[in-house]
Amino acid sequence: MSRSLRRKVTNALALALSAVATVIGLTCLAAILWTLVSDGLAGVSGHLFTDMTPPPGSAGGLLNAIYGSAALTVIGILIGAPIGILAGTYLAEYGRETRLAGVIRFINDVLLSAPSIIVGLFIYQVVVVPVGHFSAVAGALALAVIAIPVTVRTTEDMLRLVPQGMKDASTALGAYPWRTILGVVYPAARSGIVTGLLLAIARVSGETAPLLFTALNNQFWSTDLAAPIANLPVVIYQFAMSPYPEWQQLAWSGALLITLTILLLSIAARFVLAVLQPAKRSR
Amino acid sequence: MIRALQEVDVARSARNGAGDAQAREAARAKIEVSHLDFYYGAVRALRDVSLTLPDRSITAFIGPSGCGKSTLLRVLNRMYTLYPGHRATGEVLLDGENILAQTMDVARLRFRVGMVFQKPTPFPMSVFDNVAFGVRLAQRISRPALVERVELALRDAALWDEVKDKLSQDGRSLSGGQQQRLCVARTVAVQPEVLLFDEPTAALDPISTLRIEETLQSLRERYCIAIVTHNLQQAARVSSVTAFMYLGELIEVGSTEQIFTAPKDRRTDDYVTGRFG
Amino acid sequence: MDQLSLAVESSHARRQRLGERLFASATLIAAVLVLALLGGVTIALVNGAWPALARFQLGFVTRSIWNPVTEQFGALAAVYGTIITSLIAMLIAVPVSFGVAVFLTELSPRWLKRPVGVAIELLAAVPSIIFGIWGLFVLAPILQETVEPWLIGLLGPLPAIGPLFRGPPYGIGVLTAALVLAIMVLPFISSVMRDVFETVPDVLKESGYGLGATTWEVVWQVVVPHSRVGIVGGIMLGLGRALGETMAVTFVIGNAHRISSSLLAPGTTISASIANEFTEAVGSLYTSSLIALGVLLFLITFSVIAVARFMLLRLERRALSSV
Repeated sequence: MSRSLRRKVTNALALALSAVATVIGLTCLAAILWTLVSDGLAGVSGHLFTDMTPPPGSAGGLLNAIYGSAALTVIGILIGAPIGILAGTYLAEYGRETRLAGVIRFINDVLLSAPSIIVGLFIYQVVVVPVGHFSAVAGALALAVIAIPVTVRTTEDMLRLVPQGMKDASTALGAYPWRTILGVVYPAARSGIVTGLLLAIARVSGETAPLLFTALNNQFWSTDLAAPIANLPVVIYQFAMSPYPEWQQLAWSGALLITLTILLLSIAARFVLAVLQPAKRSR
Repeated sequence: MIRALQEVDVARSARNGAGDAQAREAARAKIEVSHLDFYYGAVRALRDVSLTLPDRSITAFIGPSGCGKSTLLRVLNRMYTLYPGHRATGEVLLDGENILAQTMDVARLRFRVGMVFQKPTPFPMSVFDNVAFGVRLAQRISRPALVERVELALRDAALWDEVKDKLSQDGRSLSGGQQQRLCVARTVAVQPEVLLFDEPTAALDPISTLRIEETLQSLRERYCIAIVTHNLQQAARVSSVTAFMYLGELIEVGSTEQIFTAPKDRRTDDYVTGRFG
Repeated sequence: MDQLSLAVESSHARRQRLGERLFASATLIAAVLVLALLGGVTIALVNGAWPALARFQLGFVTRSIWNPVTEQFGALAAVYGTIITSLIAMLIAVPVSFGVAVFLTELSPRWLKRPVGVAIELLAAVPSIIFGIWGLFVLAPILQETVEPWLIGLLGPLPAIGPLFRGPPYGIGVLTAALVLAIMVLPFISSVMRDVFETVPDVLKESGYGLGATTWEVVWQVVVPHSRVGIVGGIMLGLGRALGETMAVTFVIGNAHRISSSLLAPGTTISASIANEFTEAVGSLYTSSLIALGVLLFLITFSVIAVARFMLLRLERRALSSV
């Protein structure tokens, strides 16, 4: 085989393999989504949103788990987001290139990629053990700990995109940094910060591991934040592992629900970033 | 040699009407800079600069890129304090008060010394709020007084007629030239005493440039204005005093007419006639 | 009037300064809280793990026994499971991700680029528990009924690698967990790789093509060397995810604390053990041992993250110096 022919064959082969890889990858992912949709939809009915999680062997819904998940996520974000945004502001505006900021940036990266089950163990040690029992608050705190590093990162990235000239102009008008940040930088980075928040919500609402031994689970309706609370991820985990077909069906429906929510949040995040970014003139 | 030249220059600047009030009857000195040095870390960007800026007139700073003219401007409202490692030594008097003093409240200084930048920097808010931004920082003000102040400022910047119907629109939706006049209005609204323009038309088209220059002319009767420009024609058109800077030094300052027609320094001559720069 | 307005001015200025102090301290406190969080996690975990570590000492890491009844605990099986599942997962996911990234940057027609790219990015956001239940209900039966018997028949008799594929086809086990992990990290690694491939300047690629190189030669000899560090950084980040992943693994690993020569046999990982056993653990030594597992996991992922970050830093520095 001549050299140029060999090169051509290698090229064709390699590119074909890459196309095959793409097809394989997409097929696997599509298969998962397909199962999720078909098996999940089978269990979707009005009961899903009106009934509580049932005892083994009987039908029911996921109302308490949906409520619990929403409550945990909202509280977790309400605690985590302000801390994350303020810390991100410190890194982008006050700390910048100082050593402290560098250290915090690194620590934040470590937290960002720390296994979420570690966070569960941490909250178990510092909240559940001292209090003596599992609680919704513990679950929400675990989610907050997961939301913080995500928010810190996106906030810093987004604030850094605000042109220095705009900050200088505000300073030149006699603004102290806090007025520049609150009055100019935050509004300029608004869509970026909202995107970051949506992504943090998406990340947090699918987390299961940190809830296993913080919020635990609750078969019944509960709004008591000091008591264990039902939540979709843990319900999915327990029901899917169970031998009862009704529970397994509910697990699939819950999985579909969570995935749809997260996909919607992710799409909304892209939308906010792409469309709501106010029409800027070039230059 | 250079030192000697500089002393001559200082003497000249006094002779040419940019000097202190007792030397000439012309304008009162608003800002007096003496023996100003400026450092970016270890780099010395300004060397022993001394000059006075007369009130109610426009002083233009010209010179090749990197000559320190923008740096000088950023000393006058202490913008440099934003950046670590930047420091200035010497004396800059604003109405006799040394603005380089540690005790100077920089926020209050910036209410008195406004600045317009090269690129238009409208804030992400309505046209009205853009203009009101600095006013709200500087003082508590009633709504009617604020509305009046905003209109006045927009009129001063020759923008009122174009935006009076879209005060609630986002400032960033204006055209580039309008944005820059919005920034002028925003600066004027605070009612400063000194206006600094850092190449205000470098990013604009010729027509917008013309509008800005007209605005400058209408403001000169009320303010002490300093403008940095790369555009020699612009300096000649708008200013009454011109200062030529080169490699961090103030080479020559005098009436604009004198600088452009009969420069005393060889380097000034070379620059204004386009032989280098 | 001047007096009055001056008084008003100065109270206004005081409020501005006060606001600055408050806001600046609030951001600083929040930032330091992030610092304290890691300190808190470390202290809480080490504290909780102490009884087990003090009791078993180095034996905790070197022994694979895990017996709640006799209260003998060793982490070796879980550590082995964690590392082996992640390594196999990377072995599968990295080449496939590479293929996807090459396809997306060099091969795909324009109209396909964005949708596929966006789909992959969105899939990276799908929670891991979804991959877990899919693995349990869909993948495991397929493996048990068709793939594993075939593997056993084909590879089992071979000398060197044979032992990896012997024993009964359970469906769930190390190989299944690794496959699920591979599918889970695939979108993540693909999108990172695509991003670094896209940072390669067009001029570089064009000069490759200008010399008569084929697409593959440009990819292999221009794009890959140019983005090598970024690729490795992305792989390490994916590896960090796989090592720490809980839910995708717990469903399909089988939760058996033993090191089996066969990849088809059940095993366990650190995170799966914790998830499975923590709430049911009786006795403080059992709980403490599980937390000690958590400490080991944290150490493992931390080192991976540290290496990844180091590589990314090098990439940034090189990118800066080449500008």
